[in-house]
Amino acid sequence: MLPEIFFSYFACAILGLALLTVTRRNLVHSVLWMLLLFLHIACLYLFLNAEFLAVIQVIVYAGAILVLFLFLVMLLNLREEHEARRFVHAWQGRVAVCLLILTVVVVSLHKVSVQPTGGYTIDFINQTGHTKVLGTALFNQYVLPFLMTALVLFVPMVAAIVIAMKERKR
Amino acid sequence: MELLLTIGKSVLFVAVVFAVTLLHVAYATYFERKVIGRMQGRIGPVEVGFRGLLQPFADMVKSLFKEDIIPNEADRPLFFLAPVIVVASVMTSLAVIPFFNNGSIANLNVGVLFIFAMASLAVYGIIVAGWSSNSKYAFLGGVRSAAQVISYEIAMGISLAGVFLMAGSLNLSDIVLAQREQPMGMFAVVQVVGFVVFVISAFAETNRTPFDLPEAETELVAGYLTEYSGFRYALFFLAEYISMYIMAALVALCYLGGWALPGFLTRALPFLELVPGIVWFLLKVYAFMFFYFWVRATLPRYRFDQLMAIGWKILIPVAVLNMVITAGVKRWLM
Repeated sequence: MLPEIFFSYFACAILGLALLTVTRRNLVHSVLWMLLLFLHIACLYLFLNAEFLAVIQVIVYAGAILVLFLFLVMLLNLREEHEARRFVHAWQGRVAVCLLILTVVVVSLHKVSVQPTGGYTIDFINQTGHTKVLGTALFNQYVLPFLMTALVLFVPMVAAIVIAMKERKR
Repeated sequence: MELLLTIGKSVLFVAVVFAVTLLHVAYATYFERKVIGRMQGRIGPVEVGFRGLLQPFADMVKSLFKEDIIPNEADRPLFFLAPVIVVASVMTSLAVIPFFNNGSIANLNVGVLFIFAMASLAVYGIIVAGWSSNSKYAFLGGVRSAAQVISYEIAMGISLAGVFLMAGSLNLSDIVLAQREQPMGMFAVVQVVGFVVFVISAFAETNRTPFDLPEAETELVAGYLTEYSGFRYALFFLAEYISMYIMAALVALCYLGGWALPGFLTRALPFLELVPGIVWFLLKVYAFMFFYFWVRATLPRYRFDQLMAIGWKILIPVAVLNMVITAGVKRWLM
């Protein structure tokens, strides 16, 4: 009973916080609601006994990415949202995008497995330790996707530096 | 009944840890003023109580009774929230620090990372404080502080990776125990590069001299806390000192052997085992606190671009190199 109560609280809170995030007019407030949202997601990981993922969620998303968001919002000094001209203003477009995402979710639902598959059973993970299992899986079984992700993240970084250097030369 | 007893015990332990920490923080200010006073040829506080020993309490009472000023155009909810975010996140990291053997509130498997996570949350308090005050000095101080803390957190994390590799664990108690058979009973000898990087980053992370740019008086008045007064100002001050303690504790635990004694020392002098571990722990923490004050009295402040250059161009590459070499040595030579 207790896990269900906890989970329903977190599920509802995450949805509510996500709504608050997208509806705030003040961008700084919006970012702070998102921070609370990320903390709730970290708590969900904790309930799954994935303490490493929970902490990394806070360090990476809350500690690095969101701080950069906040930084940007503050540097541009966007106290209130600007009424900029939108590229597409029609509500039909938004509905279409939402339906598209929903379709993807529904189609991929049958792929979700409740039971652990392969060699990573709950006993095995508890015995070896969550962090270690994650590391071994990531650097042995999934090393290629991992490196690809790193490359994908690396390319825009180089691009940003190149653009910045061009500006400086002028 | 059993459950209630356990909960009661933990609550009591939490209360004791927080109360003792607050007392330590109060006397850290006294310690700092005395040390810096002596180093500058003064005598420091002497008037309140015996040799000025009641000075911290006088300061506390003073800041509690001061008028609480809120700027006119401030974003009030965030202005109130900012000091709370900072103090809460800093205090939460106290939970995972083992003060003696099995002496932590929560013995997490990812203890060090937990402290990092909490430190990265404290940045929000600083940015929000600077932004919500609606003052340009506070704002600039907040932006600077955020840039500084984010940059140095990277160097700090990577330098600690060497320790994780050596200990094979992220658990603070395991890291302490892994150091017993190291040379001198501490990782600071074998991980000397990581140790130096970590100490420099710890100074930057806690906004201490020579990296106290967020509060550079000559440029920014008092940085992000310019508009704060009275109790809220005291909260920021409290958070700064607690985070100094946390960093000192991390240095003591990860590099200086924590509450444990080196193996060769306990074999030579077995009676030292009888001394409670917290004594060694506090000794190391206070040695590092003294180092903070010593540096403050010695070094001038860096310029902001120098600060960024040190962080990104020296500390991070050195830390990465240290991590790679440690991993290589551990893989092929040990």
